[in-house]
Amino acid sequence: MAALGAPLRTLRALLRELRHATGRHYRDSPAYRHVLAAFRAHRVTSEKLCRAQQELHFQAATYLCLLRSVREHEALHREYHGKGERSPEEVAGLVGFRLPQQPGGKG
Amino acid sequence: ERKRFYQNVSISQGEGGFEINLDHRKLKTPQAKLFTVPSEALAIAVATEWDSQKDTIKFYTMHLTTLCNTALDNPTQRNKTQLIRAAVKFLETDTLCYRVEEPPGLAELQKNEWDPVVDWAEKRYNVTIGSSTSILGPNIPASTKETFISHLASYNMWALQGIEFVITQLKSLILSMGLIDRHITVEKAVLLSRLEEEYQIRRWGKVEWAHDYDLCELRARTAAGTLFVHLCSESSTVKHKLLQD
Repeated sequence: MAALGAPLRTLRALLRELRHATGRHYRDSPAYRHVLAAFRAHRVTSEKLCRAQQELHFQAATYLCLLRSVREHEALHREYHGKGERSPEEVAGLVGFRLPQQPGGKG
Repeated sequence: ERKRFYQNVSISQGEGGFEINLDHRKLKTPQAKLFTVPSEALAIAVATEWDSQKDTIKFYTMHLTTLCNTALDNPTQRNKTQLIRAAVKFLETDTLCYRVEEPPGLAELQKNEWDPVVDWAEKRYNVTIGSSTSILGPNIPASTKETFISHLASYNMWALQGIEFVITQLKSLILSMGLIDRHITVEKAVLLSRLEEEYQIRRWGKVEWAHDYDLCELRARTAAGTLFVHLCSESSTVKHKLLQD
């Protein structure tokens, strides 16, 4: 089995990611409710090696990885790849110039 | 880039499965088919992707939606046999089987990190895979390929699309099976897939806008593919365990 750590930790992190993703009404979102319900349903078992529990935990950890990676990727995209080209005004400003303001265009 | 044109995202159950509603409109695939998924959990996750969009819709972040669209539209028009063949063919160029001899640090790292996973796959599937330092790669016995072909045949078409996707992302059938069988986590699979990059990063330093960018993207896609496979292949009934004394 994959080394996953404590299920509670995964659950908390996953719920946090869902909060980031969904916004203000995160507690009502289908995903939030589904994840909580799934964890509650699998809590009541005396077997430590319950296969269904491990499957659920792996799924939760995978979903957590997905949400986290998408968020981090988007942040990196915004930071490094999102700005696009500079406008002519910005380019002029880089070297301390201003574009000329000539009514009716250049001579 | 499209602006977010809907307020509410919800799920409903139709004849063919679960559907996604953007306000009152039903979501459709790029080929204008009705978007239906077989699993409620998958539908919820797709709905969450749509609900997470802020001002503009960033399709490149919606990996589960994309996978569902691929499964529904099948744009490459491959049948089950062709998909399985493409997946197993990757074994001939599996990352874990291609070893370097130099630098010795990397060769050692490959041996320590990849050998256990190859061993696991060989035991788990009762096959011979091996590894090679030759440019031609390993010599995979036909019986090994047959074993994987018949194993993959037990998955449905949707799950197979996901499996083939993960294999092309990680460039490794062995790592993908490790994920499907829950032997390794997504983070570990991605790390092993990018072992040489990580080695070079440790030696020469990291460039955030390239390395981390690629790392996060690969993690996101691999996680999406893995989750997709599991959600498409599980049964929907929750088995309740009786309390034992």
